[in-house]
Amino acid sequence: MSIVLQLDELHKSFGDTVVLNGISLTVNRGEVVALIGASGSGKSTLLRCVNLLEQLDDGQIWLGKDDISDPRAHPDKVRAQIGVVFQQFNLFPHLSALDNIALSLIHVKKMKPQVARAHALQLLSHVGLAEKAAWYPDRLSGGQQQRVALARAIAGGPEVLLLDEITSALDPELVGEVLELVKKLKDDGTTIVMATHEMAFAQDVADRVLFLEGGQIVESGPAREVLQAPKDPRTQAFLRRFSGQS
Amino acid sequence: MTGPQAARLPSSVERERRAFRKRQNSRSVLISFLSTLTFAVVLWFFVVNTPGWALVQRSFFDFDVFQSAWPRVIEGLWLNIRVLFFAAIGVLILALLLATIRTLRGPVFFPLRAFAAGYTDLFRGLPLIIVLYIVGFGVPGLGALPRMPLEFWGTIALILTYSAYVSEVFRAGIESVHPSQRLAARSLGLSYGKTLRLVVLPQAFRKVTPALMNDFIAMQKDVGLISVLGAVDAVRAAQIETAQAFNFSPYVLAGLLFVLLALPMIRLTDWYSARLRQREQAGSLV
Repeated sequence: MSIVLQLDELHKSFGDTVVLNGISLTVNRGEVVALIGASGSGKSTLLRCVNLLEQLDDGQIWLGKDDISDPRAHPDKVRAQIGVVFQQFNLFPHLSALDNIALSLIHVKKMKPQVARAHALQLLSHVGLAEKAAWYPDRLSGGQQQRVALARAIAGGPEVLLLDEITSALDPELVGEVLELVKKLKDDGTTIVMATHEMAFAQDVADRVLFLEGGQIVESGPAREVLQAPKDPRTQAFLRRFSGQS
Repeated sequence: MTGPQAARLPSSVERERRAFRKRQNSRSVLISFLSTLTFAVVLWFFVVNTPGWALVQRSFFDFDVFQSAWPRVIEGLWLNIRVLFFAAIGVLILALLLATIRTLRGPVFFPLRAFAAGYTDLFRGLPLIIVLYIVGFGVPGLGALPRMPLEFWGTIALILTYSAYVSEVFRAGIESVHPSQRLAARSLGLSYGKTLRLVVLPQAFRKVTPALMNDFIAMQKDVGLISVLGAVDAVRAAQIETAQAFNFSPYVLAGLLFVLLALPMIRLTDWYSARLRQREQAGSLV
């Protein structure tokens, strides 16, 4: 199995607050890795560092054979190889669903506009929204917006897809359609690293689950093992609190 | 099966409420009509009965003078319209450039940012009429540039002054676009420049359109100030006619024409702002 993404001893602080405290992780092609942990455990910061939206204090990030944490790496080229979906969708409100997807194809992948739009339409039908191609984001439901955001993120054929709590801002009845789509993307062979609070979904779809606390990976392993029979007392406490809530 | 809504008659409570709203509505329309009429009549009688009215009417609202001044004033107005056209284009380009420069980040751009900040400080503070004198009489006086008509220098002065205001409007628009939009664009691999051009500016433009239209209306009338350079625009033409007829009516004529010129844009701005407000407050009564 080939390694897509490798993190070596990542460190990151905001002022006096240590957010990442020596995180190492290897992600193989086609693998789905779920990051779980309380708010502020460093899940989002980790994903933002991988996409070079935050600057690391120390450590290395390898995407394939390239050290993308090197300041000489070209950030735009790196980001074009990594898809990101945010909690708040962040679709471009002045562009239709179709043009939201086509934008990076035209201006980053340098496709001809017609080719890009045809490709974007294909992606929209893949996420089940072909008939909404001409719609603007504010006319779409939260679930539909997030599906468009997923299509936008995979449009350029990224090496890895980062999902940052993509169902946290959705009404409960809309969560299902988005998670279904993530499952479909996994079946397509997409490599995914996701921060999530959906434990049942993590167990269902993720190959591996990592529990983060205090900027460190406390426990990691196959999804079922970590979620059903956690070994570390901190993981046990977190999962107990979590099942008590829902 | 009957239609879900069509067949249903409103309840008696709702019918009574609707009747009440209708009565309220008719009453307020009537009150506003009467109060407007009363005010207009009172104002009219006051003005007409002032001791100097007859004299003022003769020297400001003389129809014969209107008629004789018309050809020259309208020709002057055509010059104003042409100057306005080129000035508006120039202002849009220069203001956008200045606003973009002011939002650039990083120490490398400090000199550019400082220049743009200084520019907006200077030209927002300097009265337009002084800019007109400096550009209209000072710059040609250098003798380094080919001779240009007066209205050319007037246009340049307008562009210099209004760009300073409009660039601030653009800057406010650019900064009002939520940072998460930049984040989303950059995460797709779009460069800083492309993010600005394809994602930030189109959204900023929409937000500041009413403010831009307002500045355009202000410029529409300030175009008349190029007359201080001696360019024969509507105001200058009215001045010439006034001197010949010993009567101020040509000025009033020019003024009315400027108002007529501005009206469509004023109404368009009102309509656009109302539409924007309606869209943003959908579903709310207050």
